[in-house]
Amino acid sequence: MLLAPPITDIEQLKSHPALARLVEWNASVVEAVKFDRDEITIWIAKETIREVCAILRDSADCPFNYLCDLTCVDWYPSEPRFEVVYHLLSIPHKERVRLKARLNGSSPAIESVTSVWPSANHYEREVFDLFGVRFTGHPNLQRIMMPDDWEGHPLRKDYPVEGYR
Amino acid sequence: MTQSPATVAVPGPDLTSDRTSDDRTLVLNMGPQHPSTHGVLRLVLEIDGETVVRLKPEIGYLHTGIEKTCEAKFYQQVVPLTDRIDYLCPMTNNLCYCLAVEKLLGLEIPPRAQWMRVLMNELTRINSHLVWLGTHAMDLGAMTVFLYCFREREDVLRFFEMVSGQRMMTSYFRIGGLALEPPLGFFEKVKKFADRFPGNVDEYEGLLTGNPIFMMRTKGVGHLSAEDAIALGACGPTLRGSGVDIDLRRDAPYTGYENFKFNVPVRTEGDVFARYLCRVAELRESIGIVQQALAGMPEGPIKADSPKVVLPDREKMKTQMEALIYHFKIITEGFTVPAGEVYQAIESPRGEMGYYIVSDGTAKPYRVHMRGPSYANLQALAKMCEGQLIADVVAAIGSIDIVLGDVDR
Repeated sequence: MLLAPPITDIEQLKSHPALARLVEWNASVVEAVKFDRDEITIWIAKETIREVCAILRDSADCPFNYLCDLTCVDWYPSEPRFEVVYHLLSIPHKERVRLKARLNGSSPAIESVTSVWPSANHYEREVFDLFGVRFTGHPNLQRIMMPDDWEGHPLRKDYPVEGYR
Repeated sequence: MTQSPATVAVPGPDLTSDRTSDDRTLVLNMGPQHPSTHGVLRLVLEIDGETVVRLKPEIGYLHTGIEKTCEAKFYQQVVPLTDRIDYLCPMTNNLCYCLAVEKLLGLEIPPRAQWMRVLMNELTRINSHLVWLGTHAMDLGAMTVFLYCFREREDVLRFFEMVSGQRMMTSYFRIGGLALEPPLGFFEKVKKFADRFPGNVDEYEGLLTGNPIFMMRTKGVGHLSAEDAIALGACGPTLRGSGVDIDLRRDAPYTGYENFKFNVPVRTEGDVFARYLCRVAELRESIGIVQQALAGMPEGPIKADSPKVVLPDREKMKTQMEALIYHFKIITEGFTVPAGEVYQAIESPRGEMGYYIVSDGTAKPYRVHMRGPSYANLQALAKMCEGQLIADVVAAIGSIDIVLGDVDR
């Protein structure tokens, strides 16, 4: 089976409820879009992530009321180095959308979405622990997987697989 | 049951990070070696007499860095790692990972492999729910159910051993299909089990559902409203027990679930008893799916026709030069996957299990992230327990069916 090439044109994808709602609200927050393998990805300006999540959660037509997953990808050594990835699900409409925000490598920080979904609490702590991305406004930003006195962030690409010896 | 020695009081201001305690409360440590935490979950409880004021889970004791390990392995080498995440439902993990990679590759899976995947996946759900039912009932003092559940679980594990040679770490699903054709006599044995199993479920229900002690320990305990369940990210039977009607097998069908007829049990009470009823009803639905899969099992190949990705049969490898070359190349160099990313979610026994895989076009995954359902459900535990009695914490932990391998990864 051949894979269809990805679509990156905003105009062609406007029928998707998440993108339609964001363009209607403020088109400037959408940096890029991609539709690939039946999944839509929207790159968001990182300053607006909390507002975007709140807008999508409270959308009247298709509320994306459930945060499935929140994680991060390290693109070391290129810049912007980190991409924080949010997977949202609309439980009533069974629609999914992936949001992404790009962060630079020197002092990666983004606003926390715990005020939108309390479930983001543990996910953000995990990303902080394993990638070293700070979430401003998080109620309890501490390590969750690794011991509190651990040095380094294991899932960064410049951290060796076998660890520091 | 005697009081466990693992519950000891620890002094210190550990809990006071974002709220101050007063002199009325006591900080109590529960776990990580506590029999009712189903693994190495540690809970720090702040209690006022018998009432839980705050509950804070401390996790990470089983963290093995599987996500990091995956980045150093070929795509096919990740499959055995996925067994070890949620060790009560190995096939569900295998399936989710394989579906994600197949979606990245654009592979078409033959019907027989798909139906076998559904069959084994539902047996895995039965296996997982039986362990949950047995241990949950034992936590609440009902020993008999535990022994009955493990009797039936043994049969399911024997089926796993028949198809894969392993009772628990099966790695039976591979990228592109299945590892092996099921052995002779397998379907007849599963059929016998499926015919007998609804009677066994009646037996469990006869011991628990109308049991006044069990009802007193579970009804109205660990309440979670639908709004809280969604906001806190609960999933699976925990979410359905709170009245949210979602099941990915029905709502976003994968691996041929659209061909099967089944109901999604939903309860609106949102307490421990409602989650119990949901899971027991799911046992009956699962055995119905097993019956349908046995009745309609198609003939044909069990591997996709894609020699660069799927290992050749043993027979071909020994007789055909080309098959031997492909085998050698896959084992030594792996296979490349077109660049891109996918998020594949499936309905595991505990809820939405998701694999987010990023490929950079090489033979090793650039990033693999597992969205574990237990990790999501654990966040709802504090809401269920705060303001309740300390004895009910055990009931609440049992009702979210937590697997710590899935939490810590």
